[in-house]
Amino acid sequence: MKQQTKDKNKKLKPAKKITRPVLAYLDNAAATSLDKRVLKAMTPYFSDIPANPSSLHAPGQAANAALKRARKSIAEHLNGHEDEVIFCSGGTESDNLAVLGTISAAAKFIKTNHGADAVPHVITTAIEHHAVLEPLLHLQKTGVIELSLIHSDKEGLIAADDVISAVKKTTVLISVMYANNEIGTLQPIADIGRGILKYRKQNNSAYPYFHSDACQAAGYLDLNVEKLHVDLLTLNGGKIYGPKGTGLLFVRRGTKIGAQILGGGQEKGLRSGTENVPGIVGLAKALEIAQQERIKESTRLTVLRDRLIKGLLKIPKSRLNGHPIIRLPNNVNISFMDIEGEAAMLYLDAKGIACSTGSACASTSLDPSHVILALGMSYEAAHGSLRFSLGRQTTREQVDRVIKYLPGIVERLRLISPVSLDMSHFTNNQ
Amino acid sequence: MNQSQKPLDITARQSGQSGFYSDVVKEHFFHPQNFMENEEGYEADGMGMVGSPACGDVMRVWIKVDPQTSRITDCKWKTFGCASAIASTSMMSVMLTENGGMTLDQARNIKPQDIMERLGGLPVRKIHCSVLGDKALRMAINDYYRRQGEIDKIEIEQGRVIDKVLKITDHDIEEAVLEGADTLEKVQNKTKVGTGDPSCIPEVEQLIRFYKEKYFG
Repeated sequence: MKQQTKDKNKKLKPAKKITRPVLAYLDNAAATSLDKRVLKAMTPYFSDIPANPSSLHAPGQAANAALKRARKSIAEHLNGHEDEVIFCSGGTESDNLAVLGTISAAAKFIKTNHGADAVPHVITTAIEHHAVLEPLLHLQKTGVIELSLIHSDKEGLIAADDVISAVKKTTVLISVMYANNEIGTLQPIADIGRGILKYRKQNNSAYPYFHSDACQAAGYLDLNVEKLHVDLLTLNGGKIYGPKGTGLLFVRRGTKIGAQILGGGQEKGLRSGTENVPGIVGLAKALEIAQQERIKESTRLTVLRDRLIKGLLKIPKSRLNGHPIIRLPNNVNISFMDIEGEAAMLYLDAKGIACSTGSACASTSLDPSHVILALGMSYEAAHGSLRFSLGRQTTREQVDRVIKYLPGIVERLRLISPVSLDMSHFTNNQ
Repeated sequence: MNQSQKPLDITARQSGQSGFYSDVVKEHFFHPQNFMENEEGYEADGMGMVGSPACGDVMRVWIKVDPQTSRITDCKWKTFGCASAIASTSMMSVMLTENGGMTLDQARNIKPQDIMERLGGLPVRKIHCSVLGDKALRMAINDYYRRQGEIDKIEIEQGRVIDKVLKITDHDIEEAVLEGADTLEKVQNKTKVGTGDPSCIPEVEQLIRFYKEKYFG
């Protein structure tokens, strides 16, 4: 008996503490820490209220009430309705539901109106997140859809006109991210939305629908769906100081969409599975704080962002990826010639600075970042890219720490590197 | 349990260590040994290079050889690549020059597995793509014999080079298939074949089919 208790204790031992202190966490686009205020809002729902919100007894109804409050708060921030908020497990699931759900619901419509051989046409961008691109590429490969990829300019901007002029009679969905997760470029969502509305009106058609992934934008930009003219909007709790594993899809009333997860019929039948009540409460609180503080935080971080960009571009043979101004206030993405990103990232890590890289070596794929390649940058430049994503905890001292240490790290890695290319190799000339 | 009694699993992270890379890898990555700081005035007896910056890895190796004993007396290198690429070239240079230096015959037989073992293992997906130093070394040895006029001692890379940029041979592909890579994608994940020289991909696909039939029927 005693032995058992001992084993149990051993199992529950907390994870080993990080021995090296993180002095500058600059990877907030990958994950944000949980805001203490969010944790406080969530805490009662972990243990005090045990019940399933679908249960009719009092504890169940207490959980249900919390769910309703969260839904109401989120709907207000989006300027939408409560029944338009579908909770799910995060950005990837939300993107998948938006893409796969609308396409599956539209397939019959396309066949009825455009002939048995017709397939739905979808428009997205070459710099989209994998959570949108991969399901679409899969459907294209299997012949379920016809896909058009819109290319950005060399600074990562998508032209609204390019998107609208790609629309055809069979187009059912257009998906363009609000702000890019790698290079931070902001897309003209409202302009695209207006163009789509105009097309639908002129052609007296319900299609195409407009989806936007706003995971990275939520902390800094206006999420008013009436101003953005989106039919579907994706949000992720784990990127806005809320709990990881939480997210939502805004689905405008009247939008035809098929469920991808079937079961007990929760979330209007669009996302079965018992609701994650503490997670949803946390997501609502996180969104509330993010939207309340977004203007103040944007102003503060823009100064730090530009300071970091200016400081790092002093390093020889470096180049900013993405647009210098039309970008997220927290995003800095720079390529350094002749070095490989993972090596630089790990040298920074040793100095207590956490960032990320678009190098293939840091990913599970063979190719470096598809976003940086889509800007017309060379493979060499993509391998040598670093992304710093600032956040609420970021200070000027932390930014200056990067400016202090990175030049020496780049210099050292260049000393070890047998490669010495000139600036013309930044861009892909093939 | 006594750790040393466990068979060494070179493909997995060493148990008991936190982080992606082993402590030995980190040591060689943060404090690389024998890298070429200044090429000027360095009189190498042989030099070899493999990879391309577009693929994400380039390794260049210089050796000095004692002609009396055929032992490597000095080895210098430069690497463009990730932590495991830098650490594996650094470790190789140590292995070549320790204990009075390896003979050229011994050096020729160094395999990526030997380097990885000394590094305390590498994360699985780093194994084939980042340990290319042995290929650069064999080129340097051939270069040495060429400079010496000992043409008969030049050994053409065992197997046939399929990817001319990454110097990946049919043996490398055979090995990848034996380890369970049964599609082009999986073989690429192990070897990066075709990323520098896409023209070889049809041949790679043919080889995968051939080796699959040979070993798995």
